[in-house]
Amino acid sequence: MTTTDSPPDAAALATRVEEFLAAHDPSTTEPGEFLRARFAAGLAWVHYPAGLGGLGAENGMQAAVDAAFAASGSPENRPRLNVIGLGMAAPTILRFGDDAQKQRWLPSLWTGEDIWCQLFSEPGAGSDLAGVGTSAVWDGDAWVLNGQKVWTSMAHHARWGILLARTDPKAVKHRGLSYFVVDMAAPGVEVRGLRQITGEAEFNEVFLTDVRIPDDQRLGEVGQGWAVAQYTLMNERVAIGGGTLPRESGAVGSLAARWREHPEAHTPGLHDRMLRLWVETEAARLTAERLGQQQAAGQPGPEGSGVKITYARLNQECSSLELELRGEDALRYADYTERRPEVEDYASRDAGWRYLRFRANSIEGGTSEILRNVIAERVLGLPAEARADKDVPWKDLPR
Amino acid sequence: MSAPRTPVTGDLLYSDIEDDLRASVRALVDKQAPWDAVLARTDTDEPVDTDLWKRLTQEIGVAGLPVPEERGGAGASWREVAVVAEELGRAVAPVPFLGTAVATALLLGTAEDELLAAVAAGERTAALAVGATRGAGRPVPVTVERQGAGDLLQGTITAVIDAVTADVLLVPVSEGLAIMEADGDGVTRTTAESLDMTRRLTDVTFDGAPARIVAGADVDRALRIGAAVLASEQLGLAERCLADTVAHLRDRHQFGRQLASYQALKHRLADLWVAITQARATARYAARCAADDSPDLPIAAAVAAAHCSEVALLAAEEGLQLHGGIGFTWEHPAHLFLKRARADALLLGSADHHRSVLADLCALPA
Repeated sequence: MTTTDSPPDAAALATRVEEFLAAHDPSTTEPGEFLRARFAAGLAWVHYPAGLGGLGAENGMQAAVDAAFAASGSPENRPRLNVIGLGMAAPTILRFGDDAQKQRWLPSLWTGEDIWCQLFSEPGAGSDLAGVGTSAVWDGDAWVLNGQKVWTSMAHHARWGILLARTDPKAVKHRGLSYFVVDMAAPGVEVRGLRQITGEAEFNEVFLTDVRIPDDQRLGEVGQGWAVAQYTLMNERVAIGGGTLPRESGAVGSLAARWREHPEAHTPGLHDRMLRLWVETEAARLTAERLGQQQAAGQPGPEGSGVKITYARLNQECSSLELELRGEDALRYADYTERRPEVEDYASRDAGWRYLRFRANSIEGGTSEILRNVIAERVLGLPAEARADKDVPWKDLPR
Repeated sequence: MSAPRTPVTGDLLYSDIEDDLRASVRALVDKQAPWDAVLARTDTDEPVDTDLWKRLTQEIGVAGLPVPEERGGAGASWREVAVVAEELGRAVAPVPFLGTAVATALLLGTAEDELLAAVAAGERTAALAVGATRGAGRPVPVTVERQGAGDLLQGTITAVIDAVTADVLLVPVSEGLAIMEADGDGVTRTTAESLDMTRRLTDVTFDGAPARIVAGADVDRALRIGAAVLASEQLGLAERCLADTVAHLRDRHQFGRQLASYQALKHRLADLWVAITQARATARYAARCAADDSPDLPIAAAVAAAHCSEVALLAAEEGLQLHGGIGFTWEHPAHLFLKRARADALLLGSADHHRSVLADLCALPA
């Protein structure tokens, strides 16, 4: 691989992609081999360092590279299945991992050979994530984990999980945490589907019973787990927030299509509600696009939290209104059979399923209430809520 | 019927030049028209701050921004106009900027270069004489008729904005656009006591008033650009209300705690902040479309108008409520913003009007 002192510009990247494609014909190269070679060539995530799938390029240059690979018919690295790996685990490993950890995990993460999941939330710690009770105890040559995680997407596909556990119950809760990478195939890890209100088991519960984790699978210092987790969650909100969408895409698109197809269902009241949602969705779309422009211009704004609150509400209100338009039809439901869903294309599902599934939008990835706290405190600079858990050891907190 | 296509959005950020312009306007307005001066003026016979208007037009050149240099303007665009509107909305400044923007959009379509240049330079002020609540997308009713052999106008137009100090009135008539001196023969202007004390309405009566009738004026387009500019005014007003309310809640203690530490109040401010980020995106997009004469301007302006009207009103109403008792008093500025926001939400078409326009534009019929 050629290396240069200065980061490559857009033209240099385009040339490298062209040269790579000339040497690795996507139509004849085995997909896994193609993706491993793309990683080795530094064309995986070009803003990552050389040797770790990147070329040290500036932020904002990945889209053109991805577009060039997509146009050539190159294989994909399972981006939707590995959304947690690519969006959250990878930046955390890059920021907090040592060289050996980066070399060990990043290549197979990027190629999609290894799917990742996130083991943060627990039955007793959701919004108050720093209260997690899963314990990690050092027994001389390994950390021994016991506890229960919940709301774990992809756990049934995952080879690795990022996990937050309590290493010091006598410390104040934010200071007694450490951050680990768990081998999901290790003895004592049990993944059970968690059936949700849609009838499906999209998420999981993960039970950890005397799971042994070597110390080289810890990210960050012992007791520094909260800072590492904060970094992971910051990336989660960015992943959910920005980007460009077509006008009338998503939930309002299904609603508008239904409106156009069924004039017999029109009433003045429904019309007004639909138009309000249409305007709000267009406003949200432009807001997300403006956020993307700010990030591309190197002015990362805190608007991501606001975009997530808004899309959760609009998805919920649009899908609910769509059911009203459907009348009797809305009283039927396609299928409550418990099953594992494929990666979802929401628009292709029936309206009742969407209505139910969208209720989770304001809970998953940070509840809308917590995001309002984030905006109030970090954007508007308002003081934090008075709290009862400040100077108390975690073990003494009521729960 | 099918879904609307997605146009290229374009740049929604502020340029360095726009930031500089904002700083200049803010510095002047903060010095010349702080809120207590704006409030004091409402009790006088001079509701328009003509001195501030002179400085804005002559020192900063705000009226000439959308006019090309070869026609006597600064050769900037509606994007810069929108930034000025944000600042003037933030200060509820009693100057005829919105009316001038509408009149300028109208004159740009005519061959009236002498008048256009005079308006751009701030030497003369023109106002479009249509009722304040008229919005783009529906025909403007003609209530003034040409009578007799000469071009003598007869009729009445009520609730015209920014006509109190206007030198020239632009009046839509069946044959085109009538241009006339505002204090000419046969014209009677009556300034009305107005809900928004910082933008007073004028009722105009024409009784054999001489006019010159010209072609080329597109009233609908001018109202649409006006709606885009007004959306930015509403954005600026909403931001001011949020900032003032945040400051108040941080400052005031009750039950031994800062008011701003109560989650019930924090969440309301967070929701308002989210709404304002959306208002900014829609207002910037509408200004971008006006600046580039985008075919998407009708949708962009209607979205911005419908959304920003409600956000500004929410900001002003939340602001008043969260200030508690002091916010209901005459000597506190909250009512200046409330009255402006309440009136603005009707100006150039209500939110409901703009949604009904969108229903037509986006194939979402009643």
